[in-house]
Amino acid sequence: MGFFAALVRVATPLLIATIGELYAERAGVLNLGIEGIMLLGAMVGFCVAYYTGMLWLGVAAAALVGLLCAALMGLLTVTLGLSQHVSGLGVTLLATGLAFFSYRLIFGQPSQPPSVTPFAFVALPGLSDIPYLGTALFNQYALVYLAFALVPLSAVLLYRTPWGLTLRTVGEYPQAAASAGVSVAWVRYQGLLISGALFGIAGSFFTLAQFNAFTFGVISGRGWVCIALVVLGRWDPWRCGLAALAFGTLDALQLRLQSSGVIDLPYQLFLLLPFLVTVVAMALFSRNARAPEALLKPFRKEER
Amino acid sequence: MRLTLERRSSVPAWFNLALPLLAIATTLVLAGGLIALAGADVLPAFGALLDGAFGSRFNTIETLVKAAPLTLTGLSVAVAFRARFWNIGAEGQLLAGAMAAAYLGARQGLPGWSLIPLMIAGGALAGGLWAAIPALLKMRLKVDDVVSTLMLNFVIYYGMMALLNGPWKDPLSGYPDSPDILPAAEFPILLEPTRLHLGVLIAALAALAVWLIMTRTTLGFAIRAVGENPRAAHYSGIPITRVVLATAAISGGLAGLAGVGEVGGLHFQVMASLSPGYGYTGIVIAMLARLNPLGVAPAAIFFAAVATGAESMSRHTGVPVYLADVIQGGALICMLVALLFNEYRIRWRLAAPR
Repeated sequence: MGFFAALVRVATPLLIATIGELYAERAGVLNLGIEGIMLLGAMVGFCVAYYTGMLWLGVAAAALVGLLCAALMGLLTVTLGLSQHVSGLGVTLLATGLAFFSYRLIFGQPSQPPSVTPFAFVALPGLSDIPYLGTALFNQYALVYLAFALVPLSAVLLYRTPWGLTLRTVGEYPQAAASAGVSVAWVRYQGLLISGALFGIAGSFFTLAQFNAFTFGVISGRGWVCIALVVLGRWDPWRCGLAALAFGTLDALQLRLQSSGVIDLPYQLFLLLPFLVTVVAMALFSRNARAPEALLKPFRKEER
Repeated sequence: MRLTLERRSSVPAWFNLALPLLAIATTLVLAGGLIALAGADVLPAFGALLDGAFGSRFNTIETLVKAAPLTLTGLSVAVAFRARFWNIGAEGQLLAGAMAAAYLGARQGLPGWSLIPLMIAGGALAGGLWAAIPALLKMRLKVDDVVSTLMLNFVIYYGMMALLNGPWKDPLSGYPDSPDILPAAEFPILLEPTRLHLGVLIAALAALAVWLIMTRTTLGFAIRAVGENPRAAHYSGIPITRVVLATAAISGGLAGLAGVGEVGGLHFQVMASLSPGYGYTGIVIAMLARLNPLGVAPAAIFFAAVATGAESMSRHTGVPVYLADVIQGGALICMLVALLFNEYRIRWRLAAPR
């Protein structure tokens, strides 16, 4: 398998979830539910696909459960104005617990983990014949194309439409948006719901495309990485896309080194690398990064 | 009559106890729903859980043994959150302490009596240093502490796994377990023939010590001042960076001690499954305790009981053991919502004439 093809594949779920987080944060809500929602999406997507045999139905179910979790997140942080940090961790813990609980309830403890026939590659006619690059970029899962289409789509939505302007205003100066007659709460819910649906889909990519079964460690920190990717991408869809690709490169490199056996080191050192690089990158770039002004701040219409 | 919400001017003291209890009760009702969903009878299942946690002297002591690391990570988070240092990294700091303890406890050529004090000091130091990194990054380079502490958890976890699959790999069995600590480094048992070890006492003493520091010392005052109003703290001459660093060191040190206890008192080595998320549970515990050090121990015992009890419940009723994880997440969310009663009160009012 080509290195670039692997890179694109590894970057895809990160890209989907990072863009999702972007919508929530641009609206002013840090959605730390990401890690748990991705896991629950991976579980629910797998489960539905396993019992119906319909992979896309699994993806849809994962998106739906992501929406539900995001709605809970919205209830806590937008409607009730509670701490976004702690609410997000709560949603992650709850979603993680539910994913483990229901997986064990449904499948018990089989010696062989149940599996599905995962998505097949969809070659784009013409484009996939381009040597080397063609197979890497244009002979991929349909979800990969959709994920990469998300970047320009989000750039247009956020920067070129009235809706995007409203969303960004709510994330920067909610008072201004409110005095222009915008429902700050509803716009924040919209940002959160988009994020939740994308987290769910990103999770299902692991169990329905990249792998063909659910394991408890299937996400293992990749959701948290996306939180960092949004910071590194400075809250911009294009840069976030680049950050996800950079992280995908690192991850693919890690897999390649691990399997090549050229370097005689415990492979866990390579697993550690992306997380370490993220911390270093944040140390280098955080000072220039400017988060949405109203991020983490609950908005109350009439402050008494 | 209609319901209205109004802001509360003062919070009655009994709320500090009532709100966590309310949150736990709500969570248990929800958990009951899941038990029913799993096809078990709800009350007998809870009975099995309670029995597994406190049904015998053995079970009770096992629960206390499990509560020790949870108390320490709970304290770790409580101290950090007081200063608004969002330390989600107790998990990694615990591993740092555990690795230091496993290293020091296996040193030959040191006097036997010095090993345990060395492990305790070295483990606390390792945890404190590991927590100081994100604190420094936050104060000097404005790196978000939530993200950095989370990332560092994975850095140290995979670092530990690399160590266990490299230099620390068992040469005989090939298992990724660190070498056993020396017999002289094993924590004394407080109550033979149980597993109640020195680490449990350390956790209890730590709760008292943290309470004293937070309420009776200038440092504790400074930590709370920085958390409540950093600007006011700055203008009153409190060196904020130094206080946050000290907070991080204490917080990480406490989590490190949790790791020391697990190595010195229970496993005598480091392995992949050393911490089943004690650091993350510490966040739930600290929130339920309302960041009060004296509330941390009972909250830790509760979650330890849920964890040990869930296993026996699972054996008896077939309800998945992961109910314990659901209870943790549910309790955190319910507690957050319950905290609203601190800010608002619900009033029945006669409808105002229009």
